[in-house]
Amino acid sequence: MACYLTTGKHMSIYTSVLTVLLLLGITAPIALAFGFGGATAARSQIAPLRWFGKTYIAIVRGVPDIAFFLFFVIALDQAVEYLRHKVLCPDWEAPIRQGNDFVVCQAAKMPLGNAPQWVHESYGFGLAVVTFAIVFGAFAANVLFGAMRAVPKAQLETAEAYGMSQHQTFWRILVPQMWVYALPGLSNLWMVLIKATPLLFLLGVEDIVYWARELGGTKTPRFTDYPHGDWRMWYFLALLVFYLLFTRVSEIVLGRIMSRLTSGQATSGGEAQRKAAA
Amino acid sequence: MSCLQTIEDYGLRAVGIGERLLPREDFTLCHQFTLIGSGMIWNVYFGLVALTLGFFLATALAMGKASSRALFRKPCEWFIFLFRGSPLFIQFFFAYFLFLNLKSVHPFFEPFTAAWLGALVVLFFNTAAYSAEIFYGALLSIPKGDIEAADAYGLSGWSRFKRVIWPTMLRLAWPGYTNEAIFLFQSTALVFFSGFPAWQQRGDALYYASYFADKTFNPFVPYPILAFYFILLTLVVISVFGLVNKRLNRHLPQNTRQKIRLRPNLIR
Repeated sequence: MACYLTTGKHMSIYTSVLTVLLLLGITAPIALAFGFGGATAARSQIAPLRWFGKTYIAIVRGVPDIAFFLFFVIALDQAVEYLRHKVLCPDWEAPIRQGNDFVVCQAAKMPLGNAPQWVHESYGFGLAVVTFAIVFGAFAANVLFGAMRAVPKAQLETAEAYGMSQHQTFWRILVPQMWVYALPGLSNLWMVLIKATPLLFLLGVEDIVYWARELGGTKTPRFTDYPHGDWRMWYFLALLVFYLLFTRVSEIVLGRIMSRLTSGQATSGGEAQRKAAA
Repeated sequence: MSCLQTIEDYGLRAVGIGERLLPREDFTLCHQFTLIGSGMIWNVYFGLVALTLGFFLATALAMGKASSRALFRKPCEWFIFLFRGSPLFIQFFFAYFLFLNLKSVHPFFEPFTAAWLGALVVLFFNTAAYSAEIFYGALLSIPKGDIEAADAYGLSGWSRFKRVIWPTMLRLAWPGYTNEAIFLFQSTALVFFSGFPAWQQRGDALYYASYFADKTFNPFVPYPILAFYFILLTLVVISVFGLVNKRLNRHLPQNTRQKIRLRPNLIR
C-alpha cells in the first residue's frame, strides 16, 4: 500500500498539489499589487488614471462568475498570438479571423508547435496565473479602495498640519493604517481564492482534480500492477480534507495577523485590546 | 420547420418529453434558444428546491451555532465549516463517488447517483451552510433592546423566537440572503459540469450550451444565450426577494429601511 502510493503516477498528484500552492503563492502577491495599483489609480488626481482605476474596480460589480475565467484565458491567448503575428509575419496576406477559426502564421504560435512539453504546460499555467491575478486584483482593488477611505480623515489632516507632502502622507500615514480596515476583506478574498483553485481543472491545467479522477478510476490487472476498484471517492475525500485543513490554517494565521494589526489602532478592536491589557 | 414546431419538440426535452434525438445539423438560433431554455428547467428546479429546504435547515443551524450549549453548538459549527471551507466543485465530485459506492452496499442509494437527487442534496447542504452563517451573523446583531423588550412583555421560549427574534433576524439577514440566493442559482450550472452525468442527454442549460459550442465550434452564440437566461433568472430572484424585503421592513420608517445591495460573488 505504502509502496503503491509512491508510484510515479502518484508522484504527479503530489506535484500537482505543489502546482496549486505555487499558483496561490504567485497569484496572491501579484493580485495584491494589481489591487494596490488599481486603488491608488482610483484615488489619483489625474483624471484618466482615475477613470482607469474606477473602470477596473467596476468590473468587480459588473460581470460575475466563472465567465471571467473562461473568457480571459481565450482572450489573452488570442491577444498574445495576434501581437506576435503582427511583429513576426508582417507580409502575411490572409485575414486572421476566418469564420470561427483564429489563424496565425506558424512562427507566431504560442507556444511554438515544436516546443517541448514543459513549455506548453508552463504557458498554460502562466495564463492561469495572469487570469487569476487580473480577476482577483480587481476584487482586491475594491477592498483596498474602501480601506483607504476608511482611514479617519483627522489622521490625514494632522499629517498635513505637520507639513507632510501628499506623497509622504500617503506612504507614512495612509498605507500603514489602511491594512487593518482592509484585512477582513482581504482574508475573505484569500478564502475565495483558495476555493477557486479547482477551476484550474477547467482551464486545462493537469491539477489535483484531474489526477484524482485519473488515479481513482478502476484499475484492472491487465493494465497495471496494482488493480483496485473505484477509489475516486477516497481521492476526492483526501482533496476535501486538504482544502478544509488549508482553510483552517489560513483562518488561524489571518486571525493572528488581525490581532497584531489591531494593536494601537483607533478602532473598537484596538480599544478592546487596550482594555484587556489594562 | 417553424420555430413553434421546434419549441413543441424540444421545449421540455431536458425532462425527457418530446423529440428523443437532439438536432445534429442545421442549428438555428431557435434550436439553441429552445434547448438551452429547456435546460434551465433543471437550474430552476435545483435552485428552488435547495433554497426552500435549505432555508429551514439554515435557521436551525444558525440557532444551533448561537446556542450556549456545546452539544448543539459544536455539530453546527462543524457542519458550516465543512461546507463553507471546501470548494463546491470538490463537494460535487466527492458526493457523486460516495453515492456510487453506497449504491453497491444498499439499493436505497440508487436514486442518489442521479443528478436530480444527489446533486440536490449537495446543493441543499451547501446553501444551508452558507445561509446559516448569514443568519448567525444577523442573530448576533439583533439590537439588545429588542430582546429586552420581549422579555419585559413576558415573552419567552418559542413565542419570543417566533415573534421577535426570527423576524428581526430575517430582516437583518435579508440583503445578504438575497445575494446567496442569486449565487446559488448560478452555481447550479456546476451540476452537470462536474461529477453527475446527464442521463439520456437530459442536462441543464450549461450542458446544452456546451453541446452547441462543441457542434458548431462557435462559443459566441450559445454562451451569451446562457448568460441571457441567467440574467433573466437573477432579475426574477431580485424582484421576488425585494418584495419579501419590503414586507420584512414594513414597520420601519422609510429612511432606516435596508436596501438590497447586489454584491456578486466569484466562486464557492
